[in-house]
Amino acid sequence: MLDDKITSETFWEGVWENNPVFVMLLGMCPVLAVTNSTINALAMGLATLFVLLSSSLLVSLIRNWIPKQTRIAIYIIIIATFVTVVDYVIQAISLDLYNALGAFIQLIVANCMILGRAEAYASKVPPVKSLVNALGMGVGFTIALLCLGSVREILGSGTLLGFDLFGEHYQQWVVMILPPGGFFVLGGWLLLFEWLRQRKEQEES
Amino acid sequence: MTETTVEKPSSLRMIISLTLVSILSGIAVVSVYLYTKPIIDENKRRAIEAAVLKVIPDAAGYQPFLLEDNTLKPATDSKTKGLLFYAGYDQHKQLVGLAAPANAQGYADKVYIIYGYRFDCECITGVKVIKHAETPGLGDKVITDQSFVANFDALDAKVNVEGSALQNRIITVKHGAKTNPWEIDAISGATITSRAIGKALDIGAGQLLPQVLKFRDQLEAQ
Repeated sequence: MLDDKITSETFWEGVWENNPVFVMLLGMCPVLAVTNSTINALAMGLATLFVLLSSSLLVSLIRNWIPKQTRIAIYIIIIATFVTVVDYVIQAISLDLYNALGAFIQLIVANCMILGRAEAYASKVPPVKSLVNALGMGVGFTIALLCLGSVREILGSGTLLGFDLFGEHYQQWVVMILPPGGFFVLGGWLLLFEWLRQRKEQEES
Repeated sequence: MTETTVEKPSSLRMIISLTLVSILSGIAVVSVYLYTKPIIDENKRRAIEAAVLKVIPDAAGYQPFLLEDNTLKPATDSKTKGLLFYAGYDQHKQLVGLAAPANAQGYADKVYIIYGYRFDCECITGVKVIKHAETPGLGDKVITDQSFVANFDALDAKVNVEGSALQNRIITVKHGAKTNPWEIDAISGATITSRAIGKALDIGAGQLLPQVLKFRDQLEAQ
């Protein structure tokens, strides 16, 4: 299954077939926590994408060199290093953004999607292939965060990317930007994707 | 991975690999830290400058001071003992007001603010939240909600006749219940954060203003 050929499936797997959020249900902590506005979701998605790309590349490059027994520890060190880099870079780019994302930047270290990709994929395939797959996964993750973030922002604040959509008489559905709203919206999207999948399967059979 | 008997690699190899990776990681983190530190410090300084000039509307420049054991001295970098505040001066170098940091416990963590104070109206003229960890979209309304921000257009902060404390303690009241100029009208749905800002102002201004007023002449001479 894991040969060295790069196909379009290498990329699209992460976006659709094995979307880290909607199919594999990985990395739920940032998915639920920072998706209360579109811009936070986008920033978190891009930060995760960067960490995923760089750690996948590095893990793939040194995959034949690290002893099996210490591999997880090494993956964690690599991931933590890139997360710390992202942490400082975001602080340098914008303090406002940094304050908005709060502790969740540091928590990318514990995002099981990244460790999962390192262990299950990057450590078994050559660098370019692992990079393409990581890009797909990261894009899939970012899209999923945006799906949640935009719906929650529209319902909960009546805005999208900060622009007022419904005028001042809109009664905000505040629960949507609170933690329960994260579960509601995630459940809604999961239902939708499952329904789409079943319909596709029925059409095929 | 093709051998049937999994050979245990020597401990030395494991130690070397982990050590190497850790050293490289350390070097990477330290170099990024050193590279971004001046930028981050500059960002923080600019955030404070923007905040100070925003909360004292007429100020054109400012100077940091420290109040320590009843003496006033210019604040030097990185020394934070004593009460820090920024005296604001207009274009003609006239003292108009001051800005000072304050904080209080909010819903998730401490809310850090900078507030402005004007000497002529003896009132608080603006509040800017510097750092907070409140629920985005809910607690952070204290920054975006215009009717809440309007609380601080001229929030009464007169010092009592004895010069020992505020004449009226600043309190946060339920949304729509504001009747006095020293009360803050809370945001419904963000009551705890609204209260945190009221408390920060009450404690911060209550401690600083009575002392600062004694040094007003000295500040004006600067």
